[in-house]
Amino acid sequence: MYQDVPAVIRKGYGVSKKGIVLYLHVHQPWRVKDYSVFHTASEHEYFNDTSGTDRNNGKVFLKVAEKSYRPMNRLLKQLLDTQPDFKVSLSITGTFVEQAELYAPDVLEDFKALVATGRVEIVAETYYHSLAFFYSREEFERQVAMHKEMVERVFGVTPTAFRNTELSYYDEIGKWADQAGYKAVLAEGWDPILAGRTPNRVYQPPGTEHIRLLTKNYRLSDDIAFRFGNKGWEQWPLSASSYEQWLNEALNGGDIVNLFMDYETFGEHQWEDTGIFEFFSKFVSEWATRDDVGFYTVTGAAETFDSAGELSMPYTVTWADTERDLSAWLGNTMQHEAMRHIYNLEADVLRSGDVNLIGDWRRLQTSDHTYYMCTKWFHDGDVHAYFSPYNSPYDAFLYYMNAVRDVRFRLMAYHGSTHGDL
Amino acid sequence: MNILMLGWELPPHNSGGLGVACYHMSKALALAGSSIDFVLPYKAHHPKTEFMRIHAATSLQPLHRNGMGAYDAPDVITDALHRKPSEGLTTIRDVQARYVQFVEELVEHTKPAAIHAHDWLTMEAGMRAKEITGAPLIVHVHATEFDRAGNSYGNPLVHEIEEQGLLMADRIIAVSEITKGIIVHHYGIPADKIEVVYNALDTATLEDGYQYNDKTYKYLEFLKQEGYTIAATITRFTLQKGLIQFMQAAAHACERYDKLVFLLAGDGEQRDELLQLSADYGIADKVYFTGFVRGQQWRDAYTVADIFVMSSVSEPFGLTALEAAHHDNALIITKQSGVGEVLSHIFRYDFWDTDKLADQMVAIATSKALKYELTQNVKQEYTRISWDSVAQQCIRMYQQLSGRVMA
Repeated sequence: MYQDVPAVIRKGYGVSKKGIVLYLHVHQPWRVKDYSVFHTASEHEYFNDTSGTDRNNGKVFLKVAEKSYRPMNRLLKQLLDTQPDFKVSLSITGTFVEQAELYAPDVLEDFKALVATGRVEIVAETYYHSLAFFYSREEFERQVAMHKEMVERVFGVTPTAFRNTELSYYDEIGKWADQAGYKAVLAEGWDPILAGRTPNRVYQPPGTEHIRLLTKNYRLSDDIAFRFGNKGWEQWPLSASSYEQWLNEALNGGDIVNLFMDYETFGEHQWEDTGIFEFFSKFVSEWATRDDVGFYTVTGAAETFDSAGELSMPYTVTWADTERDLSAWLGNTMQHEAMRHIYNLEADVLRSGDVNLIGDWRRLQTSDHTYYMCTKWFHDGDVHAYFSPYNSPYDAFLYYMNAVRDVRFRLMAYHGSTHGDL
Repeated sequence: MNILMLGWELPPHNSGGLGVACYHMSKALALAGSSIDFVLPYKAHHPKTEFMRIHAATSLQPLHRNGMGAYDAPDVITDALHRKPSEGLTTIRDVQARYVQFVEELVEHTKPAAIHAHDWLTMEAGMRAKEITGAPLIVHVHATEFDRAGNSYGNPLVHEIEEQGLLMADRIIAVSEITKGIIVHHYGIPADKIEVVYNALDTATLEDGYQYNDKTYKYLEFLKQEGYTIAATITRFTLQKGLIQFMQAAAHACERYDKLVFLLAGDGEQRDELLQLSADYGIADKVYFTGFVRGQQWRDAYTVADIFVMSSVSEPFGLTALEAAHHDNALIITKQSGVGEVLSHIFRYDFWDTDKLADQMVAIATSKALKYELTQNVKQEYTRISWDSVAQQCIRMYQQLSGRVMA
């Protein structure tokens, strides 16, 4: 088979330039305010915190817009305008777009301008950045369809690649995405799964026809996303040329390096004063002007490179924490309880036909809510603490459960008695 | 008769029942003709206290805001103040030292006929005042370190101060037989030195024009209309209160009867653990946490409840049970709670017997007749205990002691 021909021989044919896939994830959740038992059943606004805390969604959005979205969009646009070979892929959640429309429409216009260049791919996912795949396939498909409609409406393009929330992935998701017609699906390039194989090739999920699996090179991704500004890191300060050198080495045994990270890496997780923007600008400019390497979008890479074989992920792998599993979202009983109760309401909520109620129920599915309830404070705890707007995971749980109960209360107006199910 | 009352808190600056008991006792004593000098460790306005002279030993803010309230965990003894230190008083021990100093100066001018000190917080000052004036010392035990530590030795320093105070006292008042037993068995005090004086419920202060607002706990009201029964507790979330066992019993009860929900009003160091437990047991959606409640929310918590559970591992008295009874709750009280000694029409269980508590909650939830009998009959009982009779008991004691000491 052609894909079994060693890359070094194919390279001799000059099939394609090796390159990198830069994929950035853009998301903001609707954080629940301090919704107490005294709010429950009395008022139904869960997401309208107006305090000075980070539960205030508008405040957070404007802060991140100023630190990350605006400067990074400016930089991406400038690079797209000046470097004809530069390409980038983005996934943008529905909850982000809702908030951008509400709080900072200019940010959304900037994103539209990027997509309009034709060299920015929008990757599909659930509209609500939810874990619905693991609880309700029907709801999951509805949310993916909602996201697709949103992308078509806002950006005028139709996604051809898929990523599930938090890069959570196992074989079933690959099969689903294949049957849904996607050309590529994304996953973490986690060593125990790769079992000695390189993340820097394109693979095929088992039991699929056409789809290709792209695996994140977490070492090179995390060099930027997590380590870049760390002065205790032995490679600090990282220069564009050193980083290019590492990429060259990685490409030595592969076709592509998948650099997947949060969009907010630029300016929010790594502040401007770390030099992240200058680094990125320099690196992209240098990479784009080289003849031997290039940039690929997610779909572009899937279409360009041949599969290096089948790669199976029987268990769910995500891009989070040292475990690379779902334990940051579903690791303790509070998180399981929260999800169990929210998904138990599916039939009743949808049957109500109340668009506000359905919208609130779906906003409560966003995975960030259970992430805030995470109690594994060791090793990864500092990361969780940084990303949580609550004082403790218990507070997050408390306010969330009150909101769930209020959703039940609102359902009463449509379906009468609760019949024993609270 | 001039009484030197040594207290740590008074309403509305109280963190629990100690302040309430001190207030009503002093008021009843004053009405019976006593002249009271009441010393507090902080400076604040206390409405409706014209019947006595209040002395502030420091100019600190009310202490419960600084983690030095009467019920704060013993480890705060050496902790720095949470807030900006003032007057160089950074720990509860500093405040106690200043309190003693203040009392020393106070008794220079006014010699009391009796000194009445409440709990370990003021025992040192009581001993010092006795030393200076020769007046008899009555140590009033509302709670021991043994109770606060949930049936264990507790903080050794606190334990030692209690031991000394109990030893030095001319007479000891225990708020229940249970507390008397603890003083005898864990502090080695002869039983005949201790008199049991139960606390009372001042129903007059509860008849202050309060009207239930069914909007406060609207969701719980809605559940009640759906046939749910609400089992509540209003307390500090500490080891002493046996809430872990309460949560276990709640889970058991839900297995047998699903129209039960649980209202946990209050706050404390165990809150996070309790939240976690509610999820562990799969009843998170049936347990409601209000946080610390005052005023309308506090009163409405009693009113919205059907069952009040006092799950304490060790409760010297437990005034909240009487308050709950006043708000038409059926009572379930551990055998380790003193208030049970003055009530008959209640369910009792051992704090560790979670199956029994589950049974009792389900029984009340599933029988209107049972609930009616419990709530109606218990109301006849608590009205028989009054602060006036508490004051009479105290006055008798003052008279006996001052006579003895003078002779």
